[in-house]
Amino acid sequence: MQTKRTTFRSWWLPYLLVAPQLAITLVFFIWPAGQAVYQSFLREDPFGLSTTWVGLRNYIRLFDSAEYLASFETTVIFTVCTASLSMGLSLLLAVAVDRMIRTASVYTTLVVWPYAVAPAIAGILWWFMFNPSFGILTYVLEMVGYDWNHRLNGEDAMTLVVLASAWKQISYNFLFFVAGLQSIPMSLREAAAIDGAGPVKRFFTVVFPLLSPTTFFLLVVNINYTMFDTFSTIDASTAGGPGQATTILVYKVYEDGVKGLNLGSSAAQSVILMSIVIALTFIQFRFIERRVQY
Amino acid sequence: MVENRPFLTFLAHVVLILGVAFVALPVWIAFVASTHDQSTFLSGSMPMWPGDNIWETYGTILGTGAPVPGAPPLTLMLKNSLVMALIITVGKIAISILSAFAIVYFRFPGRVLIFCLIFVTLMLPVEVRIMPTFKVVADLGMLNSYAGLSIPLIASATATFLFRQFFLTIPEELVEAARIDGAGPMKFFRDMVLPLSQTNIAALFVILFIYGWNQYLWPMLITTDEKFYTVVMGIKRMSDVADSDPQWNFVMGSAMLAMLPPVLVVIFMQRLFVKGLVEQEK
Repeated sequence: MQTKRTTFRSWWLPYLLVAPQLAITLVFFIWPAGQAVYQSFLREDPFGLSTTWVGLRNYIRLFDSAEYLASFETTVIFTVCTASLSMGLSLLLAVAVDRMIRTASVYTTLVVWPYAVAPAIAGILWWFMFNPSFGILTYVLEMVGYDWNHRLNGEDAMTLVVLASAWKQISYNFLFFVAGLQSIPMSLREAAAIDGAGPVKRFFTVVFPLLSPTTFFLLVVNINYTMFDTFSTIDASTAGGPGQATTILVYKVYEDGVKGLNLGSSAAQSVILMSIVIALTFIQFRFIERRVQY
Repeated sequence: MVENRPFLTFLAHVVLILGVAFVALPVWIAFVASTHDQSTFLSGSMPMWPGDNIWETYGTILGTGAPVPGAPPLTLMLKNSLVMALIITVGKIAISILSAFAIVYFRFPGRVLIFCLIFVTLMLPVEVRIMPTFKVVADLGMLNSYAGLSIPLIASATATFLFRQFFLTIPEELVEAARIDGAGPMKFFRDMVLPLSQTNIAALFVILFIYGWNQYLWPMLITTDEKFYTVVMGIKRMSDVADSDPQWNFVMGSAMLAMLPPVLVVIFMQRLFVKGLVEQEK
């Protein structure tokens, strides 16, 4: 690990400097994470009166339960839809902005501000637009003959949360795509143009392949975002329903733990999620270490 | 641009205008909703243009407070959000700049272990370990307090990582010169590292402020006392009334006010915001 060639010498000062962060990390991160692992091997009755050691049974039970597997499937569908919708739209916008010279900064500002909107508020806004009785989009859909009701129809509810989550993430993806596009040397595109490649061909044979590091990075970030940060969007709009239609994994941890008080199962789900996060982080770091040169 | 193609430029403008409209639509609708009175929504259709109820809605929200059951006055919630966001922002920057300084400028036993411990938290969002963290906070008696709202969210490795990366780019000569001149570590930190990190601190401030302001799940778990409700979770409570339709004009008006501070921060500090966002991910 890197340090400076010249360092300071003191046997107590560095410990003092890292102490606050270390203390908070241990108390609020490491200890609870350890507790989650420990608890996932226990079974506690809802009143907290007795606990029994059940080994791996919480995990086995989870992977036997149709509900949990359905939630896995929901998560995959949700993640794929949200990530592709949001990344597709932002790439389109980024390519369009890349053509602009004078108006680029104005457009950028106008696209970027939803980053600041809280995911929960994004959920409420879209929920409001799709309100079955007076929502504006419901009205439009009714005109084309579709009877929208996200309170009853699981697919409608899924569409709602996908739209809200993708909407929120456009600004982020857009910024990174614009940065990625700007880092592609103009000379490559000019060379392709001289060789007779049109704009579409140039995009697919020169620009898009050179953009792949950005795309891959964003893919990891978006998977992470849809799996965890969308909790608030979902809770504020559909609350996981109707039925289990929009209960993604992280929502189920909350539902089983906080609402259902099934602590053992909730903890086991936490552990599974944590391993997914760690795997994602690992992938991201492997990739970033290769790209960034210090 | 490689070549001049008017049609493509025109197409790009169309795409961008549609994109901007798509991005603005939900907020525009919310704004329109906040300017009509309650009866508009009962009539079953939603207007596209602002009504004339705007002063009444916002006046009520900011003045006496919206007549919505289960929610404290909005001004109180805005204040709570501000306090929470600021504690998180300042706290995170303070503890991470110190620990990054220690990790880069000292060699001490256990350094690698401490580094790893901090970095495990890099991507462990609070949503994943809700129950155990809640229990710790409850055991420490920090429910319904600003400390409970903010401290568990303070420790995250992203800021530490950013500062570490930045410190590694500070030229060695500066440390050497400082040591020759007889400056101790803390003097070096105060007179060299802090001034050099100014832009990074500002950029991080913008990102973390938005992060703190937009917290939802954690305040919802930690606060049962209305005095500590934050605005983002409070709006959810307002839209969630049992047995009746929510008063949409007030809910949407409050949502507009809740969005305003972070959106203004992004618009007016766009350069810092972009810098913070792009660097944080490196």
